[in-house]
Amino acid sequence: MKEFLVRVLVEPKPELLDPQGQAVERAMIELGLKNISGTRVGKLIKFRLKAISAQQARERVSEIAQKFLANPVIEKYSIELEELE
Amino acid sequence: MSRLELALQHGLSQREYETICASLQREPNELELGLFSLNWSEHCSYKSSKRFLKLLPTAGKRVLQGPGENAGVLELENDWCVAFKVESHNHPSAVEPFNGAATGVGGIIRDILSMGARPIALLDSLRFGDLTPQPPSRRGKGECLTPPRFGEGPGERSRQLFTGVVAGISHYGNCVGVPTVGGDVSFDDAYTDNCLVNVMCVGLLKRSQLKRAIAHGVGNKILLVGARTGRDGIHGATFASEDLVGETEAKRPNVQVGDPFTAKSLIEATLEVCQFPELIGLQDLGAGGLSTAPAEMAARGNVGIAIDIEEIPLRDPTMTPYEILLSESQERMVLCVKAGSEQKFLQIYRKWGLEATVIGEVIAERVYRIRHESRTIAEVPISLLVGGVPEPDLSPIPSPKEGGESPLPLREGGTGVRWGGAGGEVGGKNGRSWREALKQLLHSPTIGSKRWVYEQYDHTVQTNTVIGPGAHDAALLRVKGERFGIAVTMGGNGRYCQIDPYEGGARAVCEAVHNLLSVGAEPIGITDCLNFANPTDPEVLWSFEQTIRGMADAARALELPFVSGNVSFYNQSETRKIYPTPIVGMVGLLKDIELRVPMGFQGEGDLIYLIGKLSGKVGGSEYLKVFYGDIGGELERTDLELERQLVTVMLALAERRLLHSAHDVSEGGLLVALAEKSFARGLGARLELDDLSEEYLFGEWPSRFVVTVAPEREDALKELLDEAGVPYQRVGIVAGDALELGGDGVSVTELRRAYETALEL
Amino acid sequence: MRAAVVVFPGSNCDHDTYYVLKDLLGIETDLLWYRETNLERYDLIVLPGGFSYGDYLRAGAIARFAPVVQALPEYIERGRGIVLGICNGFQILTEAGLLPGALTKNISQRFICKTVKLRVENNATPLTHLFRYGEIIELPIAHGEGRYIAPRETLERLKRNRQILLTYYEENPNGSVENIAAITDETGTVFGMMPHPERNSERLFGTGDGLRLFQGVMQGPAGTPLP
Repeated sequence: MKEFLVRVLVEPKPELLDPQGQAVERAMIELGLKNISGTRVGKLIKFRLKAISAQQARERVSEIAQKFLANPVIEKYSIELEELE
Repeated sequence: MSRLELALQHGLSQREYETICASLQREPNELELGLFSLNWSEHCSYKSSKRFLKLLPTAGKRVLQGPGENAGVLELENDWCVAFKVESHNHPSAVEPFNGAATGVGGIIRDILSMGARPIALLDSLRFGDLTPQPPSRRGKGECLTPPRFGEGPGERSRQLFTGVVAGISHYGNCVGVPTVGGDVSFDDAYTDNCLVNVMCVGLLKRSQLKRAIAHGVGNKILLVGARTGRDGIHGATFASEDLVGETEAKRPNVQVGDPFTAKSLIEATLEVCQFPELIGLQDLGAGGLSTAPAEMAARGNVGIAIDIEEIPLRDPTMTPYEILLSESQERMVLCVKAGSEQKFLQIYRKWGLEATVIGEVIAERVYRIRHESRTIAEVPISLLVGGVPEPDLSPIPSPKEGGESPLPLREGGTGVRWGGAGGEVGGKNGRSWREALKQLLHSPTIGSKRWVYEQYDHTVQTNTVIGPGAHDAALLRVKGERFGIAVTMGGNGRYCQIDPYEGGARAVCEAVHNLLSVGAEPIGITDCLNFANPTDPEVLWSFEQTIRGMADAARALELPFVSGNVSFYNQSETRKIYPTPIVGMVGLLKDIELRVPMGFQGEGDLIYLIGKLSGKVGGSEYLKVFYGDIGGELERTDLELERQLVTVMLALAERRLLHSAHDVSEGGLLVALAEKSFARGLGARLELDDLSEEYLFGEWPSRFVVTVAPEREDALKELLDEAGVPYQRVGIVAGDALELGGDGVSVTELRRAYETALEL
Repeated sequence: MRAAVVVFPGSNCDHDTYYVLKDLLGIETDLLWYRETNLERYDLIVLPGGFSYGDYLRAGAIARFAPVVQALPEYIERGRGIVLGICNGFQILTEAGLLPGALTKNISQRFICKTVKLRVENNATPLTHLFRYGEIIELPIAHGEGRYIAPRETLERLKRNRQILLTYYEENPNGSVENIAAITDETGTVFGMMPHPERNSERLFGTGDGLRLFQGVMQGPAGTPLP
């Protein structure tokens, strides 16, 4: 068994309005951070997982991300795996 | 693909397509097809329902604006008026409950705003599948069931829809600063595939501030204000006009996301510009977006409108004209303003951080013209686009039910179960006592406390909520600086309509009336949302017609106008239709807020009276459903003459301050009503009832109130009731901290525990 | 006396608070747009409840950069008058660092709207001097992010200086540490509270306890200064 640090990044689907991202972007511009665009606000879910291989870990995380961590109607997700020593 | 195929794909019928070609004397282009598909959708055109809706009475002495605008408006006192309307967001909520419900709240708020009114209250009627459904084999057999405990079993989807919808309403309503003061929630398997989310908004305005959704005056400007336009919910209105079937996944439009923060700014900015005399008219962009709203405004003013599509501010610059016109992006409104005054309007919206752009103008030719860089890319006569849709050839056939033959098991003779005798434990199948039955009923999600729901809603913002959710049959709002108050209520029982749609329709109206009378308010007007399955099914259409007839007859008897409303069809899946569910929203006027009547028992020694129809049957009750898994039975028809008398007498009793409390007897029947009265102050009652049968204690026949009166005013009460010729009966006395009946008792604390823990997620 | 109720985009208790100050108490009151920075004429500045900027990112996180909030430190330093943040206003003041601690999501993770009981922990402030010490009062709450938290040293300092003004009584609705519902800063001129006094300022809505709090401010910057 290997142990992985898993990061699942959940964010609003690109074609959907993200009112939060929009408000945050406007505030950043007002605070002087010019030349920014495409601000989206999502969530990061971080946990450790034991699995036989990176592939198995990824499959299992994908399943739970689809079923639970992200709402496929409005959100997309991406997974990062880091093998722990 | 031929143009006809494309038209069919847009949800238009062949006959509709042919009508378009004949009128235009050419084939429409794709963009024009898009315009027709939305304007002619059931959702926007009411093509299947309008001939039935004509049956509803709409006139009344307080009516300032009846159906046909974004909301109805009634006159109150001292130039104050109330604008109100209910709308459904059933289909979007079934797909994505949080955003579906949130945008439903947003849409109805903007409808009220379109009348020039400040939104002051929201109410929601919600229907979901049973959170703990019964296995089908155990249903409908008539045997006595032990109700499932909440928190067990399946119903996971219903639970997700329920929690998602409540969270969405909470998110949007709280942020936008409009209190959610009432409504109802109930659960039944019929709503498992199609939940219902009906939202009502109430607005307050001075008579002189009334606005309409109209455009006129050639050369006047059309402004688009609020949020930017994105690819949200394209074809949402046509989506709402189809059954929810398996392929929904693929056809699903982009979910519309609500932005209550932008909406709040839009309310404040719009109320500011409503003070400008140069404002001619305004309208919310709802389902149909820019393809319908300007056309409707032009239709009302007998003018045309030209839009320059490149002027519209976009979230994504790659959007095509087709996508721009059909977008259902939220938090947008269209204004028509006098030429030359545009700048002062734009300034106000920009001050509030909103988009505001001149996108077109009023033209003399009565067409809706879409221009792209000065070139006309679509042009359709307004009269064809708005209201030109041919009525579909549908006719309701009499269902097997007509002639009194109910397909559901009849329980004409009652259940045959009686409690009573020495210990009160005798009778009741499974040895259940009335105490246990009452506790279980109070613990059922439909009857139990909705605290879990309404504590998530801000119901005190705007500081007008005198009676809020969970405290009474109706909510009560004060108007700052005035004596009078506005009472509001919303609800409806689909199960009654499933058994007898005519009677169900009548009861929906009468129960709303009762709710207002309990508070002491005079009912003055109605808004309704008719939730039904597919209208091309003749039996569905029959129940639709019957329901409307029932509502119309009741409203006519009580002289109440329908001033606004909404129809939601296609609430069915491949396997399940919802019950025919009319939801009635009603507004009442309480002349002096100090005359309000509380719901709960106020003091020991007060005498308890039952007023109205004193006996009846158990059919259609929540009791039958909970204990017998049965939604059948006979519904007695409401006596509308008695209802008229009840209105007069209840108002007279309240006005003479004879009532210490009043409560309508509805779902759950008499004992549930008495238990609910005991919760306010923890006061119990010694009940003096002769009839201890199940039907008497738990039947839901209409036209009843339970009131209390101080002993020294008892004679005055009886005298007034005798004069009015309304039946009444003394049923007990307020005493102690338990409900006592037939030598048996149960403490209020125990009942309250059952009631309060009915919905704990 | 002259008061200002600040209006941010998304404020929704601005009119309610204005009504109590202006119409019930007869105080000269202005609705002050968030871009204003001249606060000199005001004896009381209220940051009202609501969802300024939709409470996006964190409640108060965007509003704290509004020009009017940026002008507050100087106003406070000069001891010009009283600053009161109610609900969202309290969140803005903590985000801006003008009050210690932070307001986080309710422990239930849900918005909650109800009337709660509160205990008066310090009645020697301009805001609370019309209450008795230990008095139990009732005010409505309506918030999703009202769980007050602070590092231990801060909490100890708050207690030592008697900066805790109101605590939730009998039931803690949101999981705040030490049941904290309202605090003041070390100068005793900046106040933050999650409950809404403006929603219980008339007998029509209950005890009317909220009104006494505004009356306290009105009757005197007089209120005994903190020890």
